[in-house]
Amino acid sequence: MQYLLSVIFEEDGRATPEEDAAIDVFNDRLVAEGRWVFAGGLGAPTTATVIDNRGGETLVTDGPFVESKEFLAGFWIVEAADLDVALGLAAEGSRACNRKVEVRPFL
Amino acid sequence: MTASDVHDAITRAHHEEWARVVAALTRRFGDFDVAEEAAAEAFAAAVERWPADGVPPNPGAWLTLTANRRAIDRVRREGKRDDRHREALMRYDDDDPPEPLGAVGDERLRLIFTCCHPALAMETRVALTLRMVGGLTVAEIARAFLVRETAMERRITRAKAKIKDARVPYRVPSAADLPVRLSGVLAVLYLVFNEGYLATGPGADPVRPGLTAEAIRLTRLVGALLPGDGEVAGLLALMLLIEARRPARVSRTGELVTLDEQDRGAWDAALVAEGHRLVRERLASGEAPGRYQILAAINAVHTSARDVRDTDWSQVVALYDQLVRLDRSPVAALNRAVAVAELDGPDVALAAVERLGGDLAGYHAFHATRADLLRRLGRSGEARAAYETAIELAGNSAEVAALTRRRDRLAG
Repeated sequence: MQYLLSVIFEEDGRATPEEDAAIDVFNDRLVAEGRWVFAGGLGAPTTATVIDNRGGETLVTDGPFVESKEFLAGFWIVEAADLDVALGLAAEGSRACNRKVEVRPFL
Repeated sequence: MTASDVHDAITRAHHEEWARVVAALTRRFGDFDVAEEAAAEAFAAAVERWPADGVPPNPGAWLTLTANRRAIDRVRREGKRDDRHREALMRYDDDDPPEPLGAVGDERLRLIFTCCHPALAMETRVALTLRMVGGLTVAEIARAFLVRETAMERRITRAKAKIKDARVPYRVPSAADLPVRLSGVLAVLYLVFNEGYLATGPGADPVRPGLTAEAIRLTRLVGALLPGDGEVAGLLALMLLIEARRPARVSRTGELVTLDEQDRGAWDAALVAEGHRLVRERLASGEAPGRYQILAAINAVHTSARDVRDTDWSQVVALYDQLVRLDRSPVAALNRAVAVAELDGPDVALAAVERLGGDLAGYHAFHATRADLLRRLGRSGEARAAYETAIELAGNSAEVAALTRRRDRLAG
């Protein structure tokens, strides 16, 4: 079972060196325990471009698909047997990156 | 056997067996939805068959067997379950190491902890617990919480889908997580009880005994499953001692009667005695009490006084002192101030209450308490204004009536 752990943040700016170091430790542990699938940090929402090609003509829009105070700053995809395990990992991830984390299952 | 005997047997079976049947089916089929529907069908079959065929010698076994058959029918009807579906089945661990608890063998405990999982919103936990563990119908739950049946149905359906899709595990939490998770379960039960005890809504009955009785029944069940836990016993004692006063709590004219004005002879002596016994057992255990045990002890002091003037207020304040060390909420501090008024006078209490104004400005009981204290200090004008605010904020019809009367009795 895989879960998406989304990192939620509301300010500009990248992780501090201390946060980066803590994230590295957490990532190493995920790998060592066989829970790591993928992870990454994202550029600011202002760097986003939205493409809509549903109508045959490609529409390009500058900026994120939804303007909000909080945005997705990065994510982990992890292997976890059940939600309790995923919530435990999210708690550790949140502490490491010093941000809120949303947990969602893949179907 | 008369028709009414059969009816009683079905009611009893529903109380005693519903959660067991749902738990067993959830375990076997790994699906809340299948379990709930099959259990409901089995009880419907009992209502249909037992009056004609007679009550089976082992009603629980009959219901489980019938529900199992219905569940198998449904699973077959829905065709072969592909691997993906199988993978989505609720997770439980047969090879879990044995828990150091003793009673965890009972499937119903898994059911309770899953319904009260912290990943579900509080109102969802309440609804799901009443449906899956309590066996209330969706219509009954909707009525109890004054929401439309379709809205309640949606809430429960969404919860079941989340449990399945996000794979909320079907198990009793590990020993390390148990205290926190159990306090979450107790919070759900206490919320059900309080909603029954002090129902909100202008058109609502001020007291809904169905919900208080259900909360007590479920707390008894959790108590039987986790017999060593002091807080479960404390919560049960607390509920019993509050429930005991119910007959004296609302006047014939539908007005809330406060503790000091209640007819103590109308209290339920058997419930008081059981509550007192539980509190004594907790005291004798010598373990440090948690929040519910302290609240139960406070209620035991109140219910020990034959007349309000005999109340041992120093004991009540001492218990509140203990409570506010554990529970730093402003509501606990407010309740302590009420007791302080009796021990040290309304002026001392008012000073303590005024300090809580920032946190509790939107809480009707804060304004009602303040109003009472101002009234006792002869500050009628300020008391009137405080009663007005309390009346505006109070959601319970009997409470509004009592506050209105007190406001109207003010001098000048």
